[in-house]
Amino acid sequence: MTTPVPAVTELPGKPRSRPRRSATLVTGCVLTGLVALLALISVVWLPYEPDDTSGTRLAPPGDGHLLGTDKLGRDLFTQVMNGSRIAWEAGLGSVAIAAVLGITLGVLAAYAQGWLDDTVSALLDILIAFPTLLLAMLIVAARDATLGSAILAIGLAQSAVVARLTRILVKRVLAQDYITAARTSGTSRPRIVAAHILPNIWPTLVVNLALQFGLAVLAEAGLSYLGLGAPPPNASWGGMLQQAQATFTTAPAGAIAPGVLLVVLVVGVNLIADGLRDTLDPARRRSA
Amino acid sequence: MTLLDVRGLTVTTDEDRTLVDDLTFAVGAGERLGLIGESGSGKSLTSLAVLGLLPPGMTATGSVRLAGTEVVGAREKALTELRGRRASVVFQEPLTALDPLMRVGRQIAEPLRRRTGLKGDALHKAVADALDQVRLPDPRRIARAFPHEISGGQRQRVALAMALACEPELLIADEPTTALDVTVQADMLDLLDSLVRERSMALLFVSHDLAVVSRITDSVLVLRHGRAVETGTVEDLVHRPREPYTAALVESARKLESALDVGAGG
Ligand SMILES: Nc1ncnc2c1ncn2[C@@H]1O[C@H](COP(=O)(O)OP(=O)(O)O)[C@@H](O)[C@H]1O
Ligand SMILES: [Mg+2]
Repeated sequence: MTTPVPAVTELPGKPRSRPRRSATLVTGCVLTGLVALLALISVVWLPYEPDDTSGTRLAPPGDGHLLGTDKLGRDLFTQVMNGSRIAWEAGLGSVAIAAVLGITLGVLAAYAQGWLDDTVSALLDILIAFPTLLLAMLIVAARDATLGSAILAIGLAQSAVVARLTRILVKRVLAQDYITAARTSGTSRPRIVAAHILPNIWPTLVVNLALQFGLAVLAEAGLSYLGLGAPPPNASWGGMLQQAQATFTTAPAGAIAPGVLLVVLVVGVNLIADGLRDTLDPARRRSA
Repeated sequence: MTLLDVRGLTVTTDEDRTLVDDLTFAVGAGERLGLIGESGSGKSLTSLAVLGLLPPGMTATGSVRLAGTEVVGAREKALTELRGRRASVVFQEPLTALDPLMRVGRQIAEPLRRRTGLKGDALHKAVADALDQVRLPDPRRIARAFPHEISGGQRQRVALAMALACEPELLIADEPTTALDVTVQADMLDLLDSLVRERSMALLFVSHDLAVVSRITDSVLVLRHGRAVETGTVEDLVHRPREPYTAALVESARKLESALDVGAGG
């Protein structure tokens, strides 16, 4: 798997030398790659039909079912593979919403001045304090308990966080001499944003978006654990955990498998975020 | 019509501090004016106000007419059209005035493309020419470099090339040699002098150093605490300073000169 390294991140210090690849970054890529692989395979192939109830109920791992079966005799490995795909969809979907909305709002907010600036930042603070869960329940009430509703709720909640960060980063860049220099030569605002501001805040934003991806996966698992997501056999890991809870002492695999994968994916993206921070940070790069 | 006509320019902060106070001066097409004063006297704010570039929290009042267009209170869109074409700036600190993540060539290409509409190879060629005109060696290599990969003197030449790429009628140079090594300061001044002359541009030259200003222009305006205290030729100021402050500036310039002469002689 290749890491999402944008063009601006090539090491300016020594153009011909490759960027440092930290061990953290590699470990993170391996962990998330593992889950990504399961997700990709699930699109084209599954060991069983998700709703195939022909298996023995609550069968232990092995014997035709790698992870055993659930209380209706459905294959758990099949569900875990579906869950991997759902986790990726939740993470990518939420982060896409958060990135588009949050960066746009943040850039606009950074250009606001005086009372408008105060109002916008107060508004963002309120939005951030608003619990994701409450927002999700409102959206589910208005639509229905689907993955789409969860992604919408999480993405909206996260766009406030991204917007606040973007606003601070843009303000910092706007105060730099090179922005004034670009303006003195008659560069228009949209052009300054595209050519100077976004490339300079991108490294920090990418790291934050990677962290948001992990948080989104956790939030979606939490929402489906509470029943605000699709039920098995196409449940997310959170939904599987909730289903397996009652039979944990007799058939622990149903809870352990999604739990372990959740940890693997979330730890994986956090390691990627850490690794990217080290390789992308312009300050550290310049001093290197 | 005067190219730059500043009347009663006053810059105040939100906390009601007056940083530039009732300043009046003019620079005609092809003319030169030196703006001199100690550090903190409001020289940079004056140059920024001329292009409507004051930092947030500061307000300009009075009138700044650049090529007939009023700058004070103008909208950003109108200012964007004015900037570059009519006037552009070379700043004191060449490292921070260049985008650290953008190759030098692209930073010059931006204003060049806007003005000439050139693309592709023609634009590359124009960038190399622009770097050549500020006497940078190996322009193609410099164009591919990032700002931190070239020396301070080279960076300032790049900044100058960027400002010239707009072919402004007025060049504002805000202490363009102050951050430079003494050994390259004279070269930079000569370069600036000849480029401005070749293109018959007007020049507003800002410095705290009378000795530096006197190499570039004859007519100067002395600023103190944001106020104009004296105006005239360098000759007048040196021989007949009307204000003690001007006399002090002359004295410090003399001291520096003689210290340099002693250093050069020894
Ligand atoms: N962004 C700013 N916010 C508040 N005060 C400022 C700012 N920039 C400059 N000043 C103040 O304005 C005065 C004039 O500054 P400046 O024009 O930079 O002086 P000069 O260029 O002559 O050294 C100084 O007293 C300085 O402290
Ligand atoms: Mg200054």
